[in-house]
Amino acid sequence: MGFLKGLANSIADPRLFFLLAVGALLLAVWKRETVASNGVGYGLLGFLGLFFLFGTFDANFRLIVTKPDNVPIVGLIFLLLFFVWYSIREGVLNDRRIAAGNGPIEKAESDRVWVWPDLVYTELISLILCSVVLIVWSIFLKAPLEQPANPANTPNPSKAPWYFLGLQEMLVYFDPWLAGVVLPSLIIVGLICIPYIDKNPKGNGYYTFVERKAEITIFLFGFAVLWASLIVLGTFLRGPNWNFFGPFEFWDIHKLAALTNVDLSEYIWVRGLRTGLPQQWYIREIFGILLVLFYVFALPVILAKGLFKTYYEKLGAPRYYVATFLFLMMMSLPMKMLARWIFNLKYIVHISEFFFNI
Amino acid sequence: MADTKIVAPKEGPATQFWNWLTETQVWTSVFRHDRPNTDRNRVLVMLSNVFLHLHPVRIRKSGVKLRYTWCMGGLTFFLFLSLTLTGLLLMFYYRPTLEYAYTDIVGLREHVPLGIMREMHRWGAHAMVITVWLHMFRVFMTGSYKPPREFNWSVGVIMLVLTLLLSFTGYLLPWDQLAIWAITVGSNMARATPFLGHEGPGAQLLRLGDVPLIHAADDARFALLGGTFVGEGALLRFYVLHCVGLPLVIAVLMAVHFWRVRKDGGISGPM
Ligand code: HEM
Repeated sequence: MGFLKGLANSIADPRLFFLLAVGALLLAVWKRETVASNGVGYGLLGFLGLFFLFGTFDANFRLIVTKPDNVPIVGLIFLLLFFVWYSIREGVLNDRRIAAGNGPIEKAESDRVWVWPDLVYTELISLILCSVVLIVWSIFLKAPLEQPANPANTPNPSKAPWYFLGLQEMLVYFDPWLAGVVLPSLIIVGLICIPYIDKNPKGNGYYTFVERKAEITIFLFGFAVLWASLIVLGTFLRGPNWNFFGPFEFWDIHKLAALTNVDLSEYIWVRGLRTGLPQQWYIREIFGILLVLFYVFALPVILAKGLFKTYYEKLGAPRYYVATFLFLMMMSLPMKMLARWIFNLKYIVHISEFFFNI
Repeated sequence: MADTKIVAPKEGPATQFWNWLTETQVWTSVFRHDRPNTDRNRVLVMLSNVFLHLHPVRIRKSGVKLRYTWCMGGLTFFLFLSLTLTGLLLMFYYRPTLEYAYTDIVGLREHVPLGIMREMHRWGAHAMVITVWLHMFRVFMTGSYKPPREFNWSVGVIMLVLTLLLSFTGYLLPWDQLAIWAITVGSNMARATPFLGHEGPGAQLLRLGDVPLIHAADDARFALLGGTFVGEGALLRFYVLHCVGLPLVIAVLMAVHFWRVRKDGGISGPM
């Protein structure tokens, strides 16, 4: 027991947790033929179910999982796992049909049926089931109500509503202007751009994986790994002072986390060149600024000639640059995470004179 | 158009009653056709009913399958309707002022026997956030955002944002510790808006001589909260947005969304 809990606690460490999520995605995409089998899908769900069952015997685990507002997220974990698996499975099944020359199953079902009764009844039944679930849920779980609002008494941890905890988790790596304003805006803009960037005419109106490999992998990375897993992390594994706590760990207010993060400028000037930090910000931060400019402006051009050449040719310049910019912005989060974990890097550019920190 | 009905002696009282009922003037004034068990009446039921006419008359076989749509868009819409209803009932009991907000919620819980409206509203809201995500995920995985449905995807993204904002503004209303601190954490971000937040990069550059144009009492966060902290102004603002502003906008967009699903050729499928 103790061993299993210790194991779960160390696996849940943000670094390992995140890397495992990435690994799981890559494995799911690579070994999709195997993943598509019912055994794997229901096995995974069963395993997750057992984990939660096992967890409920632990007081710390129970405390955090049964917080009323956290219950929906437990549901979300199961639903998300199921639907990610299910859509990959449907894609694989269709890919087999396409390879055999039969076309996707949706093609075979192109005939029209009457909306009454075929659709109307499906809707009615879904609606009734949904109402039943909602009513039963409402009867058994009371909506939370804590002490009356008191501006003088800040709870620790103070958490945003759960659907924004992915953003709050980003605050570990980025300042609020990026984590709370710029990146969320780019998420919205990026989502809206998807149909205008994606020129691949295939895979329109049916499940498939083979015909849309890159699109699906990138979307799954953003949706399932970055967005969803950071929410789970922020909800269940972040305690007082936003410190990390394993699922079976007690939320100790006095847990200390070493803060030894170092800016890029300090790495270069102080540790590398062995001089002091220059006075003027534009000299002090020159390396960071160059790095950021390189990442945003030069890298897309270089990639267009190298790794992403085929995309550049397929998409044309405007689509390619918008897409690559958005992609690089998305990747800036995992990059910063890695830089933090490996080098304890705090800021790449640190101009506190203008609140401009990256 | 109603076929003559022959009331055979074998039919039980229920059938007789049904036959009588469906021929009364009242019934025939409401339903202008017989039961939809013939092709003709299946068309008529869709065309003559304002609620059903959101649907086409006939639809691709793949499109009605749970396997394809997961019914997630439909469930999102249903949850929105049920939230509107339960929200309306809650509005009878709730006053958005520092004096009453919290006690009204306590009252709701203490004085309404078997009351589950608040629960239905809160859990329904959580569920709606989840179903919108899954709906978006489904639409992505079936490639349904591709032409000619690009615009409807964009409308969807805006509705996703509105759904989150609806949830966020509602979160403040119980006015307990959970509420104000969650909104404080969330709205603190606005302080850091580039140029428009007083702690955002570039805000210091916006000044007339010595007078800063952007400060704590006029920046983006102030506009959101109607004050420099989560207080009375924020409560009223969030209440109005939550109960009137955002629902109106999202309802209009839903109308556009459904209209476009039809106009873009119905539920997607391979050409
Ligand atoms: C308030 C939220 C929303 C509601 C009530 C809603 C409702 C619906 C409904 C009922 C359908 C019919 C098919 C189905 O059920 O899957 C649909 C289709 C569609 N939705 Fe939504 N939706 C919402 C949000 C979104 C979002 C967030 C997106 C994407 C970002 C989106 C994109 C689409 C597209 C592209 C279609 C056409 C799909 C097809 O033809 O296969 N919607 N929506």
